[in-house]
Amino acid sequence: MTSSSLPWVRYPTGSDGNGQDLEGVQGLYSYQDLQLLEKNTHEAFTPQKRRMVTRAVIVGGGLIGVELAEMLMTRDIDVTFLVREDRFWGNVLPKEEGELVARHMRDHGVDLRFNTELDEIIPDKNGRAGAVRTKDGEEIECQLVGLTAGVRPNIDWLRDMPIETDKGILINEYLETSQEGVYAIGDCAQFRTPPPGRRPVEQVWYTGRMMGETVAQTLTGERTAYAPGHWFNSAKFFDIEYQTYGKVDAELSNHEADFYWEYDNGQIGLKIVFAKDTHTLIGVNSFGMRLRHEVFDKWLTDERSVEYVLEHLADANFDAEFYQRHEKAIVNQFNAAFGANIRPKRKSWKRILAAKPFAK
Amino acid sequence: MNTIRKIGLLLLIAGIVLFTASLFLSDFRADRSAIESVLNEKEQQHLLDPLTDVLTSTEASSAFALSKTIRSTYTAVNDSLRKSEKWDEVMYAEPRELASRIARASVTGTVAENRGLWLFLTFGLAIAGGLMFILPNVVLKPHPGIKNDHVFQSKATARGWIGWIVFGWLVGFYILLYFYPDLTISWALIADPVSQWIKGQPGDRWFLYGLMYCTVMVVMGIRMFVKYRGNKYQTLRTASVVFFQVCFAFLIPELMMRFNMPAMDFKNIWPLDYDFFFSWNIDQKLQAGTLGLFMMIWGTLLIIVAVPVFVYFFGKRWYCSWVCGCGGLAETLGDPYRQLSDKSLKAWKIERWLIHGVLVFAVVMTGLTLYTYFSGVSQVWFADTYDIQKTYGFLIGSVFAGVIGTGFYPVMGSRVWCRFGCPLAAYLGLVQRFKSRFRITTNGGQCISCGNCSTYCEMGIDVRWYAQRGQNIVRSSCVGCGICSAVCPRGVLKLENGPEEGRISDDPILIGREGVRLNGSVMGDRRG
Ligand SMILES: Cc1cc2nc3c(=O)[nH]c(=O)nc-3n(C[C@H](O)[C@H](O)[C@H](O)COP(=O)(O)OP(=O)(O)OC[C@H]3O[C@@H](n4cnc5c(N)ncnc54)[C@H](O)[C@@H]3O)c2cc1C
Ligand code: SF4
Ligand code: SF4
Repeated sequence: MTSSSLPWVRYPTGSDGNGQDLEGVQGLYSYQDLQLLEKNTHEAFTPQKRRMVTRAVIVGGGLIGVELAEMLMTRDIDVTFLVREDRFWGNVLPKEEGELVARHMRDHGVDLRFNTELDEIIPDKNGRAGAVRTKDGEEIECQLVGLTAGVRPNIDWLRDMPIETDKGILINEYLETSQEGVYAIGDCAQFRTPPPGRRPVEQVWYTGRMMGETVAQTLTGERTAYAPGHWFNSAKFFDIEYQTYGKVDAELSNHEADFYWEYDNGQIGLKIVFAKDTHTLIGVNSFGMRLRHEVFDKWLTDERSVEYVLEHLADANFDAEFYQRHEKAIVNQFNAAFGANIRPKRKSWKRILAAKPFAK
Repeated sequence: MNTIRKIGLLLLIAGIVLFTASLFLSDFRADRSAIESVLNEKEQQHLLDPLTDVLTSTEASSAFALSKTIRSTYTAVNDSLRKSEKWDEVMYAEPRELASRIARASVTGTVAENRGLWLFLTFGLAIAGGLMFILPNVVLKPHPGIKNDHVFQSKATARGWIGWIVFGWLVGFYILLYFYPDLTISWALIADPVSQWIKGQPGDRWFLYGLMYCTVMVVMGIRMFVKYRGNKYQTLRTASVVFFQVCFAFLIPELMMRFNMPAMDFKNIWPLDYDFFFSWNIDQKLQAGTLGLFMMIWGTLLIIVAVPVFVYFFGKRWYCSWVCGCGGLAETLGDPYRQLSDKSLKAWKIERWLIHGVLVFAVVMTGLTLYTYFSGVSQVWFADTYDIQKTYGFLIGSVFAGVIGTGFYPVMGSRVWCRFGCPLAAYLGLVQRFKSRFRITTNGGQCISCGNCSTYCEMGIDVRWYAQRGQNIVRSSCVGCGICSAVCPRGVLKLENGPEEGRISDDPILIGREGVRLNGSVMGDRRG
């Protein structure tokens, strides 16, 4: 490997939105997009030009869309949010969770519309975005359009190089591309054979970090295969934090069963997915409630049953001190629903510390 | 709602402007009896006639002119005493203190005549305005959830011109309060009605300061309740610091004075309470009988038992974020400025030298004090105990803790004193670092390196540095305010007390990279 090749070996190239070209239409993927957003909401629309941004339309119901919505609302810009599916982040979140997030967004004043698809962005007399038309023919006046639907690896600049690509840059389990000494990691990388249970392209922060750590190990002399361990992820929707460990898909598969508990205020929720027959834990989604990573990771590795998980749920609680605890309510609901007789145990530091990775 | 807030802001500013302007609205008309009433025996002998001459011959004068006249007369008289070598008659009063006593006895003008009105025009307007500015946020932002929108754009919270004005005002306020008692008589008058009511004595500048401190903490504490509502940890600890300030630092000592008992702030601990072992304090306490003796024992137990034991179980937060008045002001008044703390390694280095330097200074000074107390000898080697006490009081007690410690909030972040200067924080921190169950646990591999935690850490701790490595945060300076945990968008940080084993995690291996091993090497250590 020559030193001149380093910049594009080590830097992942990230991804691009599927763009449309009017001024005032943008995505939110990069620092440049952020600068553009600042410009689109500030400079371009000074009071002198008599065109303030009062409403924005966001298209695409995922993580980036919510973040854009939250950012715009801090600037007192009203947001209409068009989602093609019948629920929020429908390809990732199960129904209850999607509804919880949707409710929260509406509480915050987002005009959230499901089953609504963008047809056309209509320019105003200055040739900037002035309104959108939906497939149902409705016109929504706006001064800014955020397109946050698809994300694809931004690898067009690689096309003339002798590196094999598909949707992303193709790599093997050692993160090696078709060119010796050239590695690809992060958003732009695509596994030829993904690790078991994983997708070929995983455009999330944590996998990017873990791939970086793996390739660093290789570059310092010890060829290391990518072994990401159990899936985990997190996000924040306005004020509601979300964490997930293990596998929780938008739809249950045939051999899976689930249990969902929600607090009265509709802003805290816990979903546990487990094997229908053995009751082995498969994954968990939590909303408005923090969970200990190590503990769930260990439970997944040890293939604990949902009953064990609920019995020891206090070990996994990671909320700040003095917060209301929900273990009892959760277990009661489970007992009632599944005819079980679980009695929640008190938190044990011994068990928690034993779950640390590499604990002796 | 926004209109209410705007009116509130105007009222608040009006209150502060009137408070400042009040200093220029008092006149002084000293007559012989007023002068006589404040001079002590020795002073009377030499000062009564000359002062009566110069002061009663002139018309009513401003505080500044009055003070100048008194001080020059005082110096002239003392000089002549020195010249005629009457050494045992030379006076050792603080000229500005003397001037302030005479000024207090001879004050006239609108503030003196309408104390209740002025209390309303200053404290009243500021409180009403502050609340009108704060409370509408419950309606404007109906959802609990911490919003720090615009803090880096606002002229007030991002070292803009408003921040610098507030900085100038606070610094000026502290300089006047500590060093110019002769020029701040109007402030003592404003506090008069409350002082009469609570302790049955005329108000002075320290009562004014106590009253102001409590008022600011209550109003800004309400702001904390609104801003951090939904976060029980924040709500409870804010309620706690406000309670300890109002009751323990203010009401109880003032009431004790009313009943002629020796006053004590039962939660103030040496070496923050640096004059605890000064001879006047020990003597005063011991002369007061059982109660005084109890106070000395209580204060000593706080130092040698409460600090190590509570810090062992809960971390230094039990004091810094739940009890202490300095911490309380930082957490309430200082909250809008917390993001301004310097996170650099250099700042951390300066912090360690300074704060531990002050601790050494306090310990040495107290050692000398006790030596002098028991031996009666005040000259130790080259140093004079009383000079050292004075130097400490001026440099650390007034300039560092007050002028810099609070005045610099709008430019250096809250907790300037707690971070760089407080010797008690240094002591608590040493225990926290080496023998405590407290830590901030990092949640596996969940950190996304967003940096919110570091940004809002008022102690300038680069929390992210640890979190992104999956290491727990164990730092002597952490006051356990819990804000890093509160603003983390990914639920990565938890303040908790647990077994010492496993508290410090050097292992930089995060969950989710099972393939990576580091052959037992430790990638850098950043604890202190
Ligand atoms: C708004 C938004 C919200 C998100 N929220 C979450 C979330 O909540 N949770 C989560 O897990 N993930 C989230 N993600 C995804 C996550 O941010 C990405 O998966 C992650 O940042 C990808 O890291 P990367 O290093 O692969 O790419 P990037 O972070 O995109 O870095 C690519 C770098 O390469 C540089 N570059 C590109 N081309 C060249 C070139 N030709 N020469 C030199 N340099 C080049 C770019 O400038 C950039 O610095 C979010 C993404 C966005 C946009
Ligand atoms: S590390 Fe966290 S808890 Fe400690 S002082 Fe900083 S913000 Fe507060
Ligand atoms: S706030 Fe949380 S996610 Fe962000 S850097 Fe700090 S620990 Fe990491």
